[in-house]
Amino acid sequence: MAATERTTRWLCAIALLATSTGSQAGVLAEDRADAMYHSYDGGGVEVDGPSILVRKGDGKRFSLSGNYYVDNITSASIDVVTQGSKYDEDRTQWSGSIDYLHADTIVSAGYTDSDEDDYKAKTASFNISQSMFGDLTTISLGYSRGWDDVYRNGDSAFKETADRRNYRVTLTQVLTKDLLLSVNYEAITDKGFLNNPYRSVRYLDPGNPVGYSFQPEVYPKTRTSNAASANLLYYLPYRAALRAGYRYFNDDWGIGAHTAELNYTHPLRDHWIVELGYRYYQQGDADFYSDLFPRKNARNFLARDKELSEFYDNTVSLGLSYNLPGKDWRYIDRASLNLKYSRIWFNYDNYRNIKKTSTPPGSEPQYDFGADVIHAFISIWY
Amino acid sequence: MTRNGLLLLIIAGLLLGGCSSMKIEPWVKPYERAHLADPIMSFSRDPVADAFTTHVYQAREGARGAENGDGGGCGCN
Repeated sequence: MAATERTTRWLCAIALLATSTGSQAGVLAEDRADAMYHSYDGGGVEVDGPSILVRKGDGKRFSLSGNYYVDNITSASIDVVTQGSKYDEDRTQWSGSIDYLHADTIVSAGYTDSDEDDYKAKTASFNISQSMFGDLTTISLGYSRGWDDVYRNGDSAFKETADRRNYRVTLTQVLTKDLLLSVNYEAITDKGFLNNPYRSVRYLDPGNPVGYSFQPEVYPKTRTSNAASANLLYYLPYRAALRAGYRYFNDDWGIGAHTAELNYTHPLRDHWIVELGYRYYQQGDADFYSDLFPRKNARNFLARDKELSEFYDNTVSLGLSYNLPGKDWRYIDRASLNLKYSRIWFNYDNYRNIKKTSTPPGSEPQYDFGADVIHAFISIWY
Repeated sequence: MTRNGLLLLIIAGLLLGGCSSMKIEPWVKPYERAHLADPIMSFSRDPVADAFTTHVYQAREGARGAENGDGGGCGCN
């Protein structure tokens, strides 16, 4: 049941991150290794696993990075328990990238491979960053292409494909000696089988004792989305940083979304860094989404994926980093220990909790849940 | 769209090379960039953690793309 984790989106994200955020234009990213344990627990879904990220360069022109990432998933989400049964699965992902620096330009290429029982995805990405105007301005252009194969467990005849393309432009600008601006735009096009092969929609059915029945979802075969964001990062007079960001999103499925973030980073003494964060997200629903369709085959396209419903979520996070005092480490320049905890509250406006069966169809309470997200990692620079 | 988009990226890349050679007086001098070079002034200080955070939201929200600002600092290390 891989599609519930939206593997492909993740692939695009990690491919872009691997090739675009590791380095500033004109300066290759530092040689560094991170070993992380991550955990998500919310809405009946538990996901955890390791992530190892290693970057090593020649100190001049080249830098290589590799990432090994695993999701161990146990899902008893409301979708799963009302339309199927609890399941366990693993997803393993490998990715690698190479950065090449020439003068003020960094050219990057990356490749990512993700493997699950019922979902295989490959993504190739390319990125170019150029520093200009006395290193005050950096522009990055990115492109990635994904090829997915979708399967359905228990149905060996089922096989579909999806094709994905990302186009990304980022401008990073030094505004003052204390203020940075980052502006991002990304267009994504998808083509192929885009829905979850296991999920169903519900429709009113007087012939059924509970008042409704299910039929498989039907999504359009294409999707095009646009996202634009702006982030400001400000250095406070007493050595702390304040970051504020906003993103607007829309797509041709009718979804419009707003994201606002505020983060505060505060070093304490010589070794500690404390981070506090708040994030707000709100979206409208897709044109073909309904919690309860009036009849079977009510429309050409049908969705009851809560990620396409109208909802909002709030996140509060706290992070701690401890920079280990290094003295006589032979091959290691420095190291840090990091722990971050986030609590996310999801509140749905038109996705009802159909586990509450004491009320007529369409009048159940709206669904909501909270999730705990933890990641702990050690970083070393060498 | 896709072919035009790729062409646009290539042209923009070529133009970037031209922009980099333009001589514009930096309004923040190199010796004024100590704050910008501080590790806390990075839009993505820990890529491994930021990639995971992006994944958490992308798996559960309809929106996607343009998640993080790239890099940060002043490129003066």
